[in-house]
Amino acid sequence: MLNVSDLHVSVNGKEILKGLTLEVKAGEVHAIMGPNGSGKSTLVGVLAGRPGYEVTAGTVQFKGQDLLSLETEERAREGVFLAFQYPVEIPGVSNMEFLRAAVEAVRGHRQQAPLSAPEFMKLARQTCTELDLDPSFLKRGVNEGFSGGEKKRNEILQMSLLEPALALLDETDSGLDIDALQVVAQGVNRLRSPERAVVMVTHYQRLLNHVVPDQVHVLAEGRIVRSGGRELALELEEKGYGWLTGETA
Amino acid sequence: MTDQNSALEQLVQQRYEAGWVTDIETESLPPGLTEDTVRFISAKKGEPDWLLAWRLQALARWREMGEPSWAHLDYPPIDYQGISYYSAPKSPGDGPKSLDEVDPELLRTYEKLGIPLHEQQMLAGVAVDAVFDSVSVVTTFKKQLAEAGVIFCPISEAVRDHPELVQKYLGTVVPARDNFFAALNSAVFSDGSFVYVPKGVRCPMELSTYFRINAANTGQFERTLIVADEGSHVSYLEGCTAPQRDENQLHAAVVELVALGDAQIKYSTVQNWYPGDEQGRGGIYNFVTKRGLCAGARAKISWTQVETGSAITWKYPSVVLRGDQSVGEFYSVALTRGRQQADTGTKMIHIGKDTKSTIVSKGISAVRSNNSYRGLVRIAPSADGARNHTQCDSLLIGDQCGAHTFPYIESRNPSAIVEHEATTSTVSDEQLFLCQQRGLDAEKAVSMIVNGFCKEVFRELPMEFAVEAGKLLEVSLEGAVG
Ligand SMILES: Nc1ncnc2c1ncn2[C@@H]1O[C@H](COP(=O)(O)OP(=O)(O)OP(=O)(O)O)[C@@H](O)[C@H]1O
Ligand SMILES: [Mg+2]
Repeated sequence: MLNVSDLHVSVNGKEILKGLTLEVKAGEVHAIMGPNGSGKSTLVGVLAGRPGYEVTAGTVQFKGQDLLSLETEERAREGVFLAFQYPVEIPGVSNMEFLRAAVEAVRGHRQQAPLSAPEFMKLARQTCTELDLDPSFLKRGVNEGFSGGEKKRNEILQMSLLEPALALLDETDSGLDIDALQVVAQGVNRLRSPERAVVMVTHYQRLLNHVVPDQVHVLAEGRIVRSGGRELALELEEKGYGWLTGETA
Repeated sequence: MTDQNSALEQLVQQRYEAGWVTDIETESLPPGLTEDTVRFISAKKGEPDWLLAWRLQALARWREMGEPSWAHLDYPPIDYQGISYYSAPKSPGDGPKSLDEVDPELLRTYEKLGIPLHEQQMLAGVAVDAVFDSVSVVTTFKKQLAEAGVIFCPISEAVRDHPELVQKYLGTVVPARDNFFAALNSAVFSDGSFVYVPKGVRCPMELSTYFRINAANTGQFERTLIVADEGSHVSYLEGCTAPQRDENQLHAAVVELVALGDAQIKYSTVQNWYPGDEQGRGGIYNFVTKRGLCAGARAKISWTQVETGSAITWKYPSVVLRGDQSVGEFYSVALTRGRQQADTGTKMIHIGKDTKSTIVSKGISAVRSNNSYRGLVRIAPSADGARNHTQCDSLLIGDQCGAHTFPYIESRNPSAIVEHEATTSTVSDEQLFLCQQRGLDAEKAVSMIVNGFCKEVFRELPMEFAVEAGKLLEVSLEGAVG
């Protein structure tokens, strides 16, 4: 599904990712942990096509294609989804309107027939119910006046409707209350299937109690410095990152 | 991020879809403005002496006045003697009596503009008065309206058929001496619409006028007068387009609204005159005076405008709140791109007690355009308990455009409450990225963000026009992306 090989990325001339290699197979869920500023958001941002990054070396294959040669919206239509660490507001544009346009763009690309307005509304409401979200979410402006937790839930709502092949979650579990954490976990677990993959950036192993990852990676100083199973997260919780970053120095 | 900027710039490159010229036989005056020009126009219309005298007086006033220079606008001097002040489609005899008599070429023009008059007649709901160059071509629905007692006709016809009404109200809200462009209009106006809604009548349909400037080198000086008698309601929409030409064309219209006690007038404009090309060549100079008078208690006048066209827009739809508890509203979206310049806003003049006004202005500037909001809220000493709320938001697309706000508040009554809020935002890279990350292309993303920004204003438009306005913004923002 996703093959990142020896990826080097700079921002404003400063190298952030320094030869990162990562393989995620269809059906898998990977967790990426690591100290602040180590480059986790940079990694998922580069994959999703966020402007401002310069790829100086390395390759990224997604479903057999050269991902980096695709435009941002093409990546999205091909099934790359990024749940933002800091979702922005789009005042005046209702969630419903926004979601419909997004679903339309993705379905159009997959050559699926467009959904009628009532069909879409039904689907959106149903998804809300399944995620235990109040359908009034749909009427509000995109992230407009949403609390931090609501913004994160809204990302999960978008993900659920778009059914991406590869979901990249950037700290979607940060700042959540226990119920909201359940919503996020439920959203990811519902998406889990043999054709899809999920990469979750997180600082807390508590999310991993609800969404059990196939692999856990530690990103430090622009590289994956350690990979392991579920137990690696527990070990990190106990020991911190020092012993690992020390290793790479 | 320069990359992002140039992409945005491409995005908002103009494409003007109403820019074709209709090949039609016209009767035009040679360029120039003298007393004879005014006499010619007046005679052409078979006007009574009082009106000719009024025009001539306006001309005399105009000659004494200078062009205003306080607006945040930059344009070469206009040669007022180089403009033709009358152009009309040549039609046999007295002009069309029904749609069948209208030049089919002209009807095709309107169809191209998306106003199929025939269809509209059948669909019902909207009565259209279409002004082509200087002459009002056809008014649909006249009969249905007549049954309700509503008069909706070209103003030249109203002068003939309802002279007492026209004489009573013409120039009472915008006097000929009001300003340079109003004086010019008063001298040479050739047509426009007239509406009278009698006491207690709720106008059974939306009234609508489409203006189009076709002939080269002509100015368009239409004059609209709407009178809503006590307790009546009317909603009126005007739409405007013009062909693409390299020369600038002058448009100096006057709109006067009179709302008597308990009457309500809602006036909506979707203005899409040709804006000129990327280098700023050509385009309409739009110098318009629009003012409403809430003459009686509890009268209400509401202006809604969506301004996307014109090279220059100079326009301040205003409300004089004379009646106690009368209400004035101004909802505006002004989009400028390329080299367009807009200096627009409103004036709310509070005279009566407990009068209330609301101003919502949304300015969008892209590329190298300049967009200014200029608003005056004046509270007279008599206006006890007056209230105003102004909200003025600017959205910038790219970093070479400008947005300016000039709010003037003159409160001479301590019991008045005047609130002003202003924001400036940009279409951020992060918003664009969010939209694109969800599969939308940049073009769709920008138009969606801009539409969202304008929502409060679009909500005020009659439904079908809100859709039209949304589409217009989309087309205006469309460009040569990928
Ligand atoms: N636009 C930028 N300009 C300069 N430096 C940047 C820019 N974007 C990111 N960086 C730097 O790149 C480094 C990695 O940032 P990134 O956001 O990827 O970290 P992270 O691992 O997601 O951290 P956190 O856990 O705090 O979210 C940081 O040192 C950050 O300051
Ligand atoms: Mg981060």
